[in-house]
Amino acid sequence: MAKIIGGVATTHVPAIGKAIADKKFNDPYWRPFFGGFDYVHYWLAREKPDVAVVFYNDHGLNFFLDKLPTFAVGAASEYRNEDEGWGIPVSRSIAGDPALSWHIINALVADEFDITMCQDMLIDHAVTIPMTLMWPGEKWPVKIVPISINTVQHPLPSMKRCLKLGRSVGRALESYPQDLRVMVVGTGGLSHQLDGKRAGFVNKEFDSLCMDALAGDPDTLTLYSIHDVVEEAGAQGVEFLNWMAMRGALTGRVTEVHRNYHIPISNTAAATVVYENGDGAERRAA
Amino acid sequence: MKQDIAGTTMFDGDQAQKGLALNRMCFSFNSAANRAAFLKDEEGYCRKFALTDAQRAAVKNRNVLQMIEAGGNVYYLAKLAGIFGLNVQDIGAQQTGTTVDEFKAKLAAAGR
Repeated sequence: MAKIIGGVATTHVPAIGKAIADKKFNDPYWRPFFGGFDYVHYWLAREKPDVAVVFYNDHGLNFFLDKLPTFAVGAASEYRNEDEGWGIPVSRSIAGDPALSWHIINALVADEFDITMCQDMLIDHAVTIPMTLMWPGEKWPVKIVPISINTVQHPLPSMKRCLKLGRSVGRALESYPQDLRVMVVGTGGLSHQLDGKRAGFVNKEFDSLCMDALAGDPDTLTLYSIHDVVEEAGAQGVEFLNWMAMRGALTGRVTEVHRNYHIPISNTAAATVVYENGDGAERRAA
Repeated sequence: MKQDIAGTTMFDGDQAQKGLALNRMCFSFNSAANRAAFLKDEEGYCRKFALTDAQRAAVKNRNVLQMIEAGGNVYYLAKLAGIFGLNVQDIGAQQTGTTVDEFKAKLAAAGR
């Protein structure tokens, strides 16, 4: 059976793509952010996942505002990145796992999530940057199942709905008969706002509150409406929905084992957190 | 009744309808050939996408707040800004009426 080993949540700001291309790993501006990945690399090398289910939001590469699914699940054997128009290098492709994708799709629809299924799906920086941060080498050792959540055009799905979506994905993963080590990824956030007279808004207190609650008591965060999240985390801070879905997919007793938080990266409060899903820690302790 | 959030425009159905033409043009800037075509003939390119007068004026003025007022979504506007070599910190400074250095300093201060 498939095993959900844990999750990684991280910021996906486009500027990170440029900084990687320019090898600014030890630059004083960037080091506090990139340094947060040393533990992630250690953790991934130890846990050796086979597949990553990635919750993210598309920024106008695969989806335009004319036809915008609330939730979309990729079911391709390969995911390509393309020019996104803001000058970050185009990433190499990432392999998919169509069999697992269809298993998740079937389970989600059976569970009354009326998702969009995508046999062809471009992935943008919200997938490729976290992947490159996690595995800076030449090859990605995992296949992916990308799941896109609309965080762009309101009405957005609620915090509660995204947590439930993640839980449904988690149950689907646990029922997958193949012996796979699965990790989940949530990208974006934390607090930031790019648009309007409030551009540059970040909120350290609210970010801390969210991270403090996410591992042990994510349901308390469902009390925040989308309007509340925009107010507290900024207009683009709503990308935290991807974190909620990731957390939902961790079905066991969840422990935060690493946290890095730094303001600012570009206009954003940058965060990288690693979560272990019950089984992993218990197995090692045994 | 929800209170408006100061300095923030919710990109909702009203904004999405208002901004469709402008956002569609910005979406086309994913292609390098289209970015070059815009630079070569901005007037003609905007006409092709049937921008409203307010959208055309906002683009001509390179004014992000006006673009948002005309229905622009910031993720799409960022693609347009990129054509002029402006990143999100440059447009953040423009929208808040500060210099880029002041804008960056404000962010750094929020981290302390």
